[in-house]
Amino acid sequence: MSDRARLAPRRHVPPWARFVARRLAAGLVVVWGTLTVTFFALHLAPGDIVDGLIGPGAAATPALRGQVIAENGLDDPLLLQYGRQLAQLASGGLGWSYQLNEPIERLLGSQLGPTVELAVSALVTALVLAVLAAALTVGRGRTVRGAAGLAELLMVSMPSFWLGIILLTVFSYRLHALPSIGADGPAALVLPTLALALPLAGVLAQVIRQELETTDGRPFVLTARSRGLGATAVLLRHTLRHALLPLTTLSGFVLGSLFGGAVLVENIFTRPGLGRVLANAVGSRDLPVVSALVVISSAAFVVINTLVDVLHPLIDPRLREGGPA
Amino acid sequence: MTTTTTEATAAKAAAGHTGPSVPLVRVEGLRVSFPGAPRPAVDGVSLAVGAGECVALVGESGSGKSVTARSLIGLAGARARVSARTLEVAGADTAGFGERQWRAVRGRRVAMVFQDALTALDPLRTVGAEIAEAARLGGTAGPDSEARVVELLTAVGVPEPEARRTQYPHQLSGGLRQRALIASALAADAPLLIADEPTTALDAIVQAQILALLGRLKDEGRGLLLVSHDLAVVAQLADRVLVLRRGEVVESGPAGRVLSAPEHPYTRMLLDAVPSGRPRARPAQAPPGAAEAADAEAADAGAPDAEEAAPVLTGRGLVKSFAPGGPRALDEVGFTLRAGEALGVVGESGSGKTTLARVAMGLSRPDAGEVLLHGRPWSALPERRRRAGRSAIQFVQQDPYASADPRFTVARIIGEALPGLRRAERARRCAELLDQVGLPAELLSRRPHQLSGGQRQRVAIARALACGPQVLVCDEPVSALDVSVQAQVLQLLDRLRRERGIALLFITHDLAVVRQVADRVLIMRGGSVVEEGGTERIFEAPAHPYTRALLDAVLRLPGTEGAGSTEGAGSTEGAGSTASTGSTEGPGGAHVADVTGRDAPEQDTEHAAGQDGEHVPKWET
Amino acid sequence: MSTVTALLDRPAAAGARRGALLRSPARLAPLVLLAAVALVLVFPGVFATHAPEATDVAAALRPPGAEHWLGTDQLGRDVWSRLVHGTRLSLLIAVGATVIGVGGGALLGLVAGCGGRQVDFALMRVVDVLLGFPELLLALVVVALLGGGTVNVAIAIGVAGVPHYARLVRGQARLVLRSEYVEAARVLGVPAWRSVLRHVLPNVGGPLVVLASIGLGSAIISGSGLSVLGLGPVPPDADWGSMVADGKDFLQTAWWISISPGLAVSVVVVCTTLIGRSLQSRAVR
Repeated sequence: MSDRARLAPRRHVPPWARFVARRLAAGLVVVWGTLTVTFFALHLAPGDIVDGLIGPGAAATPALRGQVIAENGLDDPLLLQYGRQLAQLASGGLGWSYQLNEPIERLLGSQLGPTVELAVSALVTALVLAVLAAALTVGRGRTVRGAAGLAELLMVSMPSFWLGIILLTVFSYRLHALPSIGADGPAALVLPTLALALPLAGVLAQVIRQELETTDGRPFVLTARSRGLGATAVLLRHTLRHALLPLTTLSGFVLGSLFGGAVLVENIFTRPGLGRVLANAVGSRDLPVVSALVVISSAAFVVINTLVDVLHPLIDPRLREGGPA
Repeated sequence: MTTTTTEATAAKAAAGHTGPSVPLVRVEGLRVSFPGAPRPAVDGVSLAVGAGECVALVGESGSGKSVTARSLIGLAGARARVSARTLEVAGADTAGFGERQWRAVRGRRVAMVFQDALTALDPLRTVGAEIAEAARLGGTAGPDSEARVVELLTAVGVPEPEARRTQYPHQLSGGLRQRALIASALAADAPLLIADEPTTALDAIVQAQILALLGRLKDEGRGLLLVSHDLAVVAQLADRVLVLRRGEVVESGPAGRVLSAPEHPYTRMLLDAVPSGRPRARPAQAPPGAAEAADAEAADAGAPDAEEAAPVLTGRGLVKSFAPGGPRALDEVGFTLRAGEALGVVGESGSGKTTLARVAMGLSRPDAGEVLLHGRPWSALPERRRRAGRSAIQFVQQDPYASADPRFTVARIIGEALPGLRRAERARRCAELLDQVGLPAELLSRRPHQLSGGQRQRVAIARALACGPQVLVCDEPVSALDVSVQAQVLQLLDRLRRERGIALLFITHDLAVVRQVADRVLIMRGGSVVEEGGTERIFEAPAHPYTRALLDAVLRLPGTEGAGSTEGAGSTEGAGSTASTGSTEGPGGAHVADVTGRDAPEQDTEHAAGQDGEHVPKWET
Repeated sequence: MSTVTALLDRPAAAGARRGALLRSPARLAPLVLLAAVALVLVFPGVFATHAPEATDVAAALRPPGAEHWLGTDQLGRDVWSRLVHGTRLSLLIAVGATVIGVGGGALLGLVAGCGGRQVDFALMRVVDVLLGFPELLLALVVVALLGGGTVNVAIAIGVAGVPHYARLVRGQARLVLRSEYVEAARVLGVPAWRSVLRHVLPNVGGPLVVLASIGLGSAIISGSGLSVLGLGPVPPDADWGSMVADGKDFLQTAWWISISPGLAVSVVVVCTTLIGRSLQSRAVR
């Protein structure tokens, strides 16, 4: 590897930087694709585009209609409008919600925080629970593993909204232990986090446990044990790393289930956040807000995926370039 | 059994071997069973290994040899039930051993080396980390574990240990990997080494080097328990041999006696089945039976008059590379296969022999050059036109399990080669074909997973025969099979050649196999043909140094022909080359490529093949 | 649904013997339960104790008891009877969505997997973009464009499932097409289209059935989720999700209105998941 680098010095760009750049460029194409699809879906959807932009929630007075047409240049050719939208997005503008009478970027900006807070705390909780559950039950007897399997099955099968309702009923209304609504302070975060994290933890625990079991049968584990390494050390030093690797390929799924779950959980717990904005926007057919959220979510997906793709070769040396030095 | 053991140990002690007369491990009446299995995996095995001696456990797959070895360090598996009259490790009775006591034994008293270092070393950690872990557990790491790692790598003949230490298993060549694995087993200085198929995953030349290393360790006074299916490997190292079959010892005794004068019929069968490198017993020049049989089957193939027969398959100037401008898998390769002839193509991994098979089959298009079938264009044809001619040339692949649709029955698998027949007629033909490959018609309703490996390969051959081919391209057709089954399949192929005049293009890494089958041999290396000639000429008087290196690396059983001329490439060489840097090591000398740059890891291509744009990022693709 | 793909991407657990599906009680139980649910779906009148829409303000918010097995809601409607009558809509949405998802996905996946390189590239980029969205978001966008209601919810969830099924089918088809047994068929002179019919379709069908049976559970969850958000069937029609939504504001006083339909969702999902898994472990290899 070092030989080759010495012999053929390419431009002074490290390989990882070029890798990231290429990934981001590909991601940009994805975001652009989504934007294009939503733009045309919005403009070609059944019904009048002016009604679509205003939505049934606001009073579509002739004055407002005229304002919408003027502001969006709806009399211009479609491609011109499309170009304008791209330019607007490039400068950070996401459009105007006529129903809420507010620029969308400001609306979403205020709601982003609570959703990220909820998603991150749920992700951490789910990962910790899943790793613990998998590590503690792998290789145990039939009963332990059967019980773990059943628990995981139940968690996977429970809709997060139902889990949320049960948690609310038990902990807020019966035991009065935790607040039921709002987003004030850490206490208000506990129940929504659990409602969001538990179904995810169920899936992750299944995957990790299955991976651990596969890894346990691999020859290098036998080698490690033949050196006198104990079961816990084998888990910590060898198998757990292998079992966590495939999780990186699930990042898209994890992101999706966090965001999808947030829509419902925020609704049940009456928490502010992007999910609730989206549910309301869909309910009132506030299409500008919906398409803005679509673009934002695809951008988030691209960023997370790029991050994972960069991290993956760092964890797994086999994915790095280079043969024997 | 026990008597032999004590005798042998006593003999060793008398011969002035260092080390205690107490065996390093002694087991009597070992029995291992798994719940749900109809019979125990190991039943009544007794053995003992002393310092400086090598005991070999020999058997085919399912004989219980690996389970026996693992039971000696308490790793037979969580579900295994292990019992024995005596099971002593380093003089201590292990009867009441719990996990904690076993862990004290592992690595320090008994260390293990497994088959393939690519999977036996953690792929996510550097080899140095693996060796250091072993040293730490054994308490021999000392204050400077890096120095210890370097010391160990040097001891097993790894050149540039400082650099290798920081590399991952997939970055090392097969031979270096295996040396690193052995280094990790030596890290805690265990007096007994268990080696479970330690060279099975290696090419012949590298195998000889690793066996030499193991021989040196033995000579230094370590006990060695060698587990192998390969009698030729066992013959290089073992002082005593135990032959296992279905968990029971069928024969045991001094290696020289067991391997030269076996008493049990099973041992004899195993020995006979070893491709001994003897030229095949064949009827004189023109096989009398062949002419008649071939007349009926392949009238236009011409009489198989050995050398004079017409070429059926010809390759000219074949070039193929898988990436534009990349290394050439085939580089100006040419060959001629005549009717009724067997042409062997021999090479180690990465030599391009499989690519040659695929190009010959018209499955892969050459970048330059062409393949002619019966003197007419073949590789240059568009697939649609080639399809009509495909019945003339058929393929037997290495893995018969992968080459059959898992959902299909044997009848459907073979029937696929018989389109346009009525149901009854097809069933009759299928049964007939099975009969020709020596299988009963009852198998017609089975599915691939219900067949043994040998049966599957016979089904694959029957399917190929169904088309009535004049050429059979065989890509490592026996390397996935047990030795005894190997011999049967080789006989079958040879019979088909003789009786039907089917020409064989036989691709293999195994020189002994090719000597039994082929009339002429092509030696390939790095995509080119380095030598070509009649089988006997190649084996008796190899011209190219690489061919000589390959031949020197062939392991032979004692008493077989040729064993005198080329000495078993192990013990003598190895003993002298203690802690050599590796570059001069090996019987072939400088042209042997274990530690030089050419032996780039095979994994690179595997990774590329497995990627397919799925979510596997790779820098700098 | 994506839960499912995530799990199915890994190789199946060790295979079980044929016929074991019916012999083991653990495998039989979900089948029996689902059969019971199917009976309820076909003959709701037999199982309901009250008319599902009969309001009785005097009996509003009654807890579960002898007269009302699962209590009553804020309008005094019998929760059990509404649950029984809601079965049909809930399951129809899920089955409809699964059919749309499997059909669209299989078509897309087969064309991509068996078609040429350019076709594959183009189709898979589209699938990649769609996979980039949280499934529920995709469904929500479709609802936003089409409007709510029973049929639109089924379409929305079905469309959201298409990329997942397409990816599975395409991957499986490629795997089979590149397998040595398809190569062996080619060597025998079998034309490519016949290999697709003979080898690819049957080998893709198995995993697809497994995925669909597990995917059915996810479709029920997604469908009821949309209904919880008030986007599902228009009142007075009600599926389980809309019942949860109805009871959401009364959790403090009458938990049973929301809890019972949620339980029904969970039970059905557990059953379909279990059946899908036993199909998966039964599949050869």
